[in-house]
Amino acid sequence: MTTIETPPAAAPPRKAATVTRPGDRVFANLSRGSGILLLVVMAAIAVFLTVRAVHAISKDHGNFLTTFEWTPSLNPPVFGIAVLAYGTVISSIIAMIIAVPIALGIALFITHYAPRRLGGPIAYVIDLLAAVPSIVYGLWGALFLVPHLRGLNLWLDDYLSWTLIFHKSDPNSAPRSLFTVGILLAIMILPIITNVSREVINQVPKMHQEAALALGATRWEVIRLSVLPFARSGIISASMLGLGRALGETMAVATVLSASPVLSAHILDPVGGTFSQNIVAKFGEADEFGRDALIASGLVLFVITLLVNGTARLIIARRKEYSGANA
Amino acid sequence: MKLQRKSGLQALTVGAVAITGALVLTACGSDNNGGSSSTPSSSGQPSGSSSANASGISCAQGQLLASGSSAQQNAIEAWVKNYQQACNGATINYKTSSSGEGIIDFNQGTDAFAGSDSPLKPEEVTSSKKVCSGGQGINIPMVGGPIAIGYNLPGVNGLVLDASTIAKIFNGKITTWNDKAIKALNPSATLPSTKIQTVHRQDDSGTTDNLTKYLSGAAKADWPYEHAKAWAAKGGQAAAKSSGVSALVKQTEGSIGYFELSYATSQSIPTVKIATGASQPVEATTQNASAGIAQAKVVGTGSDLALDLGAAYTTKADNAYPIVLVTYEIACDKGNKASTLPLTKSFLNYIASDGGQQQLSTAGYAPLPTEIATKVRASIAALS
Repeated sequence: MTTIETPPAAAPPRKAATVTRPGDRVFANLSRGSGILLLVVMAAIAVFLTVRAVHAISKDHGNFLTTFEWTPSLNPPVFGIAVLAYGTVISSIIAMIIAVPIALGIALFITHYAPRRLGGPIAYVIDLLAAVPSIVYGLWGALFLVPHLRGLNLWLDDYLSWTLIFHKSDPNSAPRSLFTVGILLAIMILPIITNVSREVINQVPKMHQEAALALGATRWEVIRLSVLPFARSGIISASMLGLGRALGETMAVATVLSASPVLSAHILDPVGGTFSQNIVAKFGEADEFGRDALIASGLVLFVITLLVNGTARLIIARRKEYSGANA
Repeated sequence: MKLQRKSGLQALTVGAVAITGALVLTACGSDNNGGSSSTPSSSGQPSGSSSANASGISCAQGQLLASGSSAQQNAIEAWVKNYQQACNGATINYKTSSSGEGIIDFNQGTDAFAGSDSPLKPEEVTSSKKVCSGGQGINIPMVGGPIAIGYNLPGVNGLVLDASTIAKIFNGKITTWNDKAIKALNPSATLPSTKIQTVHRQDDSGTTDNLTKYLSGAAKADWPYEHAKAWAAKGGQAAAKSSGVSALVKQTEGSIGYFELSYATSQSIPTVKIATGASQPVEATTQNASAGIAQAKVVGTGSDLALDLGAAYTTKADNAYPIVLVTYEIACDKGNKASTLPLTKSFLNYIASDGGQQQLSTAGYAPLPTEIATKVRASIAALS
């Protein structure tokens, strides 16, 4: 080191020469290394998963996309993801329909309606919801929520049976259905959507809102005309974060859902399954080939999540003019 | 003051055990093939044949790693606790996962022995030959147990069913509790017209496998499916693990499900008596299950003691409960690692002994019948 720095007189007195100190170089290489390592690890995982999945799918005697059953241990093996994909998507949609309006309501209440003394504690309690492990949600769902949803199920079946969606084939059966799973998932994804939405709404410029107020807008009109348009892309990304969690949720679903390889439009019937529920239910006793088949199903879930995130990014990109970054 | 000191000591012991456990795990994680350095084998240390202690256990020292079936978890836990109390310097770590994972671990050479709900399949025996130099993996039956059919029907006690009605109920052919097939078996009971809610396992499990083996063995005409770890019949509700099934039965009026006996006793769920053709319907008890297992035939060759329970399913003997499962310990007949062999043998010897087997019934398991137990002890003695 000293040998390099010996000729001090030779250095021209220009200020342009940026001095690279060893620390800089070490740090730059370290961070570059971390970046490359991440890519290598991701690529390795992707290759591993794809190879195992392709191996499994190539020996599948059913159609991987349309078969209902999951029986890779049979000879010949037959398994498919139709029920799993349907259940995953439906339960997540139910969760979103319930959770997004409520989360948005809570976020607006905390930021615009609640007195400061109340808003803080509410936000804190919502945060606490996020800290509960999912198996605890599952146990609570199975032991408390399921017995207490019986009444709601009967009511829906009585009055909304004609929609077919809310028709229940056997009104007596315990409501361990995709609908119940959706409700449970809604509670689980509430905190993440609420918190991110609240942050975004807090960033809406005060000037916009005061301008609206000055024009004679009521509080609701302020929210509708200045807050929501500005925060929309943020709220969408918040919802997508929540959706991501709902799609991948495992233990809570496995504990609550009565899984069976039946694809039914009646969401109150205790049938169906989701990707991660199926993996956790089948992994324990699966042999080598069964594991490969499960990996293939996991890969499909990965693709679905990727599509969802991609769509969300597209939506956000299209509404860039409103986003906080450009304000 | 005295109390405090005592609890402090206990905490210390617990801590020490935890730390040793962690050490064992890390040791095995880093190298499990070159493990010869970790524990001196019987030649290196006076393996405690001298110290036949109060509990009649002849001790060996060292560390043992095993894994597998959760069906025998409670039994193994109790045995490990007793063994380690009696034998200083012995650490046995049984990781509860599943039969499938236990066998995979065993065939990768991680385990000294594995616990499994079903005997090794031929291809698993083949791959075990890589681990057991000069030998192969063998099945040693160790923990038996009754699978209880639990139900929730207020006002009905001592419900009696037979194989064919059970098959029809779980297959959705009998849908109400006052069906005439059930009435015929329970002439004195007042059966409600409630719909039957069947509950089965959502996850693949050896319990399902054994129940469906029974159903297809004893009521072939009414159970059109092959036995399998995954539930094949349509309809009914699925719950995760035996705990989930029993919780759902406990919660739902008119429901019926299957689980190990201990779940029924601990939650006071009434269990079905089976009409086997014996003079009296047989209740699910550990003693009756032992009598059922006694009907089984050994189909393994040599020191392999894989059992065929076919005869147990159709038994008409008095007080022999037919819905039984037997879980195995899987070890190498020859070519066990020198470092773990003394402890493996000593531990298996203890759990197969009368003292070890007697402990089972308190945990809802069935002790091995004498004839099979004798063969098991001979097999263990021949391990090398």
